[in-house]
Amino acid sequence: MEILVCIKRVPDTSENEINVNRDGTDIERDDLVYSVNEWDNYAVEEAIQIRDRVGGSVTVVTVGDEEAEEVVRREMAMGADKGILLSDEVFNSSDGRGIASIIKAEVEKGKYDLILTGAQADDGAGQVGGMLAAMLDRPYASLVTSLEVIDDKKIKVGREIEGGNLEMLEIDLPCVLSIQTGINEPRYVGIRGIRKTASAEIPVYGAEDLGLSPESVGESGLKVKRLDYFVPDSGEGAEILEGSTDEIVEKLVELLKARGGIK
Amino acid sequence: MVRQVFAYIVHKKGVANDTAFEMVTAAKRIEPDASIIAIVAGTGDDLNMVCNEVASSYQEVWKIDNEALSYPNSEVIRTLLVRILPEQGIVIIPHDTFGMDLAPGLSIKLNAAYLPDAVDIDGVDENRLKAVRQEYSGQVSTHIVCDISGGAVITTRSGSFKAVETKRAGGQIFDKTAQAMEGGFPETGRRFIGVIEAEVGDVDITKSEILVSVGRGVEDKDNLGIVFDLAKAMGGDVACSRPVVDAKWLEKSRQVGTSGKTVKPKIYMALGISGSFQHQGGIKGAPFIVAINKNPKAPIFKVADVGVVADMLDFVPELTDKINEMK
Amino acid sequence: MEPALISPAGAYLFDIPAVVFSVLIPVVGTGIFTYIIAKRLAPLFSAAPDPRFDHFKHRFICVLKYAVGQYRQPRYLLAGIIHIVIFAGFMILTIHSVSLVLTGISEGFAASVSNSIAGHIYGVLKDFASTFVLLACVIAIVRRGIFKPKRYSVPPEYGKEHTREAIFVLMLISTLMVCDMFFEASIAAAGIQQGFEIDLHTPGTGTWLVTGILLAMSPVKLQTIHLVSYFIHDLTFFFFLCFLPMGKHFHVITSLPNTFFIKLDKGTVKPVIWGIEEEKLDDLDSFGVKRFSDFTWKHMLDFYTCADCGRCSDQCPANAVGRPLSPRFISIKCRDYIFKNHPLFGKTAENSKNLIGDIFTEDEIWSCTTCGACEAECPLMIEYIDKIVDLRRGMVDDGIVPQSLQKPLRALEKRGNPYGKIENKRSDWTKEKGFSEKYTVKIIGKKETADALYFVDSITSFDDGMQEIARSAAGVLHAAGVDFGILGSAEKDSGNEVRRFGEEMLFQKLKEQNTEAILSSGAKRIVTADPHAFNSLKNDYKNIPQVEHISQVIARKIKAGAIRLNGVKDSAAVYTYHDPCYLGRHNGIYSEPRDVIDAIPGIRRVEMHKSRDRSFCCGGGGLMLFYEPVEEKRMGRLRVEMAKEVGATVIVTACPYCMANIEDAIKTSGLEGEMEVIDLVELVYSHMVES
Repeated sequence: MEILVCIKRVPDTSENEINVNRDGTDIERDDLVYSVNEWDNYAVEEAIQIRDRVGGSVTVVTVGDEEAEEVVRREMAMGADKGILLSDEVFNSSDGRGIASIIKAEVEKGKYDLILTGAQADDGAGQVGGMLAAMLDRPYASLVTSLEVIDDKKIKVGREIEGGNLEMLEIDLPCVLSIQTGINEPRYVGIRGIRKTASAEIPVYGAEDLGLSPESVGESGLKVKRLDYFVPDSGEGAEILEGSTDEIVEKLVELLKARGGIK
Repeated sequence: MVRQVFAYIVHKKGVANDTAFEMVTAAKRIEPDASIIAIVAGTGDDLNMVCNEVASSYQEVWKIDNEALSYPNSEVIRTLLVRILPEQGIVIIPHDTFGMDLAPGLSIKLNAAYLPDAVDIDGVDENRLKAVRQEYSGQVSTHIVCDISGGAVITTRSGSFKAVETKRAGGQIFDKTAQAMEGGFPETGRRFIGVIEAEVGDVDITKSEILVSVGRGVEDKDNLGIVFDLAKAMGGDVACSRPVVDAKWLEKSRQVGTSGKTVKPKIYMALGISGSFQHQGGIKGAPFIVAINKNPKAPIFKVADVGVVADMLDFVPELTDKINEMK
Repeated sequence: MEPALISPAGAYLFDIPAVVFSVLIPVVGTGIFTYIIAKRLAPLFSAAPDPRFDHFKHRFICVLKYAVGQYRQPRYLLAGIIHIVIFAGFMILTIHSVSLVLTGISEGFAASVSNSIAGHIYGVLKDFASTFVLLACVIAIVRRGIFKPKRYSVPPEYGKEHTREAIFVLMLISTLMVCDMFFEASIAAAGIQQGFEIDLHTPGTGTWLVTGILLAMSPVKLQTIHLVSYFIHDLTFFFFLCFLPMGKHFHVITSLPNTFFIKLDKGTVKPVIWGIEEEKLDDLDSFGVKRFSDFTWKHMLDFYTCADCGRCSDQCPANAVGRPLSPRFISIKCRDYIFKNHPLFGKTAENSKNLIGDIFTEDEIWSCTTCGACEAECPLMIEYIDKIVDLRRGMVDDGIVPQSLQKPLRALEKRGNPYGKIENKRSDWTKEKGFSEKYTVKIIGKKETADALYFVDSITSFDDGMQEIARSAAGVLHAAGVDFGILGSAEKDSGNEVRRFGEEMLFQKLKEQNTEAILSSGAKRIVTADPHAFNSLKNDYKNIPQVEHISQVIARKIKAGAIRLNGVKDSAAVYTYHDPCYLGRHNGIYSEPRDVIDAIPGIRRVEMHKSRDRSFCCGGGGLMLFYEPVEEKRMGRLRVEMAKEVGATVIVTACPYCMANIEDAIKTSGLEGEMEVIDLVELVYSHMVES
C-alpha cells in the first residue's frame, strides 16, 4: 500500500507558556523549540505499521520553510521511506485551504492509496485532511483511533466519537483519514536515528514544480486570515481562596456545605 | 435582504444536542437580525421530535427525512447540504466529532470560507466576518477575519456561546427531503457499520450529583486513594480527565470530556485538572466548580467558581480530614 | 607390609583387572568433561569483545577474595556458613579424590602418600572435612527440601522449581563423602581385625564411626565394601564433574574466571561496543544488545556462573515491589537460552529472534532502577546494570521506548532537561525572595569565574520542591568560604539516567555540552549535591576537574572548623540516614554523610536494618521518575516503613530524587506529621552557626 502522511513542524508547547509578542502579531518564538506535531507522529507510526503488515511504502510530506526539513528527517528516522518538502515563498501564510491545495498538487503526482494526517495541530483547526479529501473527491474519516486493512480495496476504521464510543466505518480506498492520538504507541526516535537519515535526499518542490499558480495559494488565496494574537481576559474567573491551608479548608468547607456538597 | 444563517443540528435519540441552541446565539452574533434556519437530517419520529424542539428557537426548520439517515454519515450529509444550501450560504456546525468530520470538506464543496472552532464572533463588516479562535491548546487567542463573500462554514466550540433561553421563535418546519434527494441518495465510499459502545464501568458518573474529578496532578496511580477518600467524605463519585485514563490509572467510563462522558453534577471538584476545553466540554448544567491546582494559570480557574492554588496531593487530605471531622 | 585388603588397583571385577576400570573411568570422564566445556565455551568466542586482560595482580586478588575466600558468602549467614563448609571441605577433599583416582591405578600410591608426615596431617584434615561436608549437605538438604527458604522459589512466570537439581547435587556430594568414608573405614576395619598397627581415624569423624560399624563384618564383606565404595566414588566423582556444566553448579568451575574478570570500573557503564571510539558510534549499524550474540563474552560467562542462589533478587527493590524484574532470572533465562540454542549434541540453533519479546519483556528491562543492590550482593560478582543498559540501548535503537519516557527524552534533546523547561530558567532558584537578598550566586563561564563549580543538575534546578536543596547548598558553600559559581543556562542535565536508560547518543551530546561549559568556566573543581550528577561527572565524564559530593566537602569543612553546627533543634526527633544508591553503592561514600549528621550536637541517629551497601532504593532517579512501572507497591513506601521500624522520625538523605520519592511515600503512607524527610545540606544549613 502506498501511504502518504502529511506532517507539520510546530512549536513544542507542552511544558512552557506561550506568550504573545509585544505588538500582537505573533507568539513569542525566541525561546521556543520545534518538533513534529504530536498527532502526526501517531499518523506516521500507523502508516509504518500498515506498511510492515501489508507491504508498500510510506512517504511523509510537509509544507513549510527549509527548517521544516528537520521533522521530515525525524519521521524518516522513524521508518518512513521517503520524504518530500513543499516549500516556496508564495506558500507562506497559506490558510488551511491553501495548504490542502498545495498537498493536493503533490498527491496528484503520485499514486497514493491512503493519505493520513494528524487529527489536529498547533492551531487546533483540524481542517487540512477533510479539505484535501473533498478536493480529491475521496472518502474521508476524522479522529480515527483504529484501522484495519481488509484488502487492497477497502479498510475498516473506528472513529472516536462522543462518550468515548467508537464509530465503525468501512471505507473504500483510496481515501484520506485524520489520525487521533492513542491509535498506537509511536516508536522512539533518538539522535542516532535522525543522524542516520542525514544523507537521505529530500526533494523540495515549489509552486512551479507542482503546477500551482501563485494566486491560488499563500496570501493571495486566503479566505481566512489571522489578524492578531492576544491573551484573552480571564473574565471573572474563580474566586481564589487565600490564607493558610487551615483557613482555606475552612472557607471551602463552608462553601461546599452551602451548596449541598457535603452529604 | 435579510441574511440567512443556517445551523446544522446534531441530535441523538430524538433530542437535539445543547449546541443546537448555542448556535442560535452564534448566528445572532454574525448578524443580530439574521434569519436563522435549522437543518435537521434524520428519520421518523425521532426526526420530528427534534424538528419540533428546535422550531421554538429557530425561524425556520428544514428537515431531511430518509431511513438511511438514522445514523448520520458525514459524507452523505455533506452532499445533501450542498444540494439544499443556497449559494454564498453561511452554515454553522458544532465543533464536535461530527462537525470535525463534516465541516472542512463541506467548505470545499461549497467553495466557502472555513472558520473552525470559533469561540466568539464579533460580527460582519462588508463580507468580512470577524471572530475569535484559540491556538496552542487555548493558551493564546487570535482574531480571525473571514471572507464570506463566497459563503462560510463555521464550527463553534461547545459551551462558548450561551444557549438561547427564549424559545418562542415558532419556527416553521419545511420538508426539504425531495430537494435533498434530487439525483438520488448520495453515493459514498464510506459505509457505517455500527457503534462500539464504551465499556460501562462500575459507576455511572453521568448520574452523579457530586463529582470529585482528578487529573494529571495526581501524579501517580498510588495517589488515587486520597481522591477516593474525598469522594467518600463528600458522598460523591470519582471522575477524571483524559491523561488519567491514558495512563490507565482509572477506567474510561470515568472520563469527563468530549471524548469521554458528559456529566451534569451539582458540585464538580477539579483536582489537579488543568481544564482543556475538551474537558470543559464534558461538564454541563453549570455546576459549582471548585478547582484545586498548583498552577495559578491553569485554564480551569477561568471556569471555576472557587479556586485553591495548592498541590492537590497536600491539600486534598486536609480537606477530607476537615469534612470527616465535621460529620 | 601387606595391606589388609586388596586395593582397587590389584583387584578384579567380573574377572577383569579392576585397574582397567580405574583407568577407563577417569579417561572417559575427563574426555566427556572436556567435550562439554568446549561446547559451552563456543558461544563465548563469537560474542562481543570485552577487554579484561589487565590489572592481573588486582584481578588475582579478587579471585582469592571472592572465589577462594568466599568473601561475600556470610552476608547470608546460615547459607554462607553451609556453603563455606562444603566449599572448604570440597577443596580439601579434591586432593584426596585425585589421590584416590591414582590409587586405583597404582597400588603403592596411596600408601606412599599417607605414610608421610604431611599425609598424616592431611588424613586428619580430610576426615574432618568429609564429616563436615556430609553434615552440611544434610542440613542443606533439610533446609532446601523441607524449610524451603523463600528466596529459592521460582515464580510461575519463570518456570519450574529448581529444588530437585539442588537436592540432587547435594546427594551427589553426600554420596562422595559416604563412599569415601566406607572406602577408608573398610580398610581400617580389616586392619584392626587382622591386628595390624594402623592409624586410627580421628575419633568423632564419620570415617571413625563407620569403622566402628564395619568392625563386625567379615573380611570378605569388607573387601566388597572397599571395592564397591571405591568405584561408586570414582563414577560419582566423574559424573559430578561432567554434571557441573549442565546447570547452576557450573559456578564451581566458572567462579574462578568470573571473579578474575571482575568489572573494575564500578560506577560507569560499559561503552556501546568495547574498542569503538565515541566519535565513531554513528557508524555502527546496530546499537546495544538485541540478539543473544550481542552480549559480551564476559556477560555470557556471568550467565554460566549464576549459582541460582537468589540473593540478587532478594535484595532487588524492583522485585520487592512486584515489578516484573528478578535479576536472578535475567541470568537463569539467558543460561537456559544458551543451553537450548547451543546444545551439547547436534547443531547450534539459528535463533535470530530479538531477546525482547523472546525471553525478556519490555517492562522487565525498564523496571530496573540501576540501584546496584544485586551486584553488591552477588557472591560471584555477576554484573547486571551493564546488561540492562545494553538491552535498553537495543530497545532505544529499535524505537521501543514507553511513551512516558519519550516525552522527557525529547525534552532532554531539545532543552537539556527532562521537563522541557526553558534553559534560562535553570538558575531561577537563586532569585527566590529571602535568598537573593542574602546571597549572590555567580554564573561562571562568560565573565566571571570561580574556584569551584556547583553543578546543580535538572531536578534541583527546576523542581520547586527541590530548589531548597540548591539554596541550602549555596548557603553552606558560602559559609564554608568556598569560592563557587554555577553554569546557569549553560548547564545541561548530567545525563546519568539518559545513559542508563540506553539513550547513549543523547548522553554523549549532553556530556559534550556540559564538558565544554565546565572547561570554559575555569573552575578547578566541581561540587554537586545530586549523587546522580556526581556519579556521571565522576565516572562517565572524562577530562574534567575533580568532582566531589557536597557531603564530602561538608565533612571536611566541619573537621577543619570552617562549618560549626548548633545543637539539634528538635531533640525529640530520631534521625536515620538513607544511603542514596549513587552515593553509596556506586561510589562508596557511606561515612561522610553519617559523620556530618553526627557532628550536630545532641542528635540521635539510628541505622535502618538495610543500610550502607544494602540500602534499599527509594524508587529511582532521573528518568525513573517519569517511567510508570507495573508494580504492586512503591519502593519509597517500603523504605519509609523500614525507617519507622527502627523508630526514626526524620529520614535524612543526600539526593534530590530520594527526597522526592520519600516525600511522596510519606504522603501516600499517611505518615505526614509522624515522619519527615530532609536533605543533608538542608539539615546542615538549618543548624549552621552563622558567622
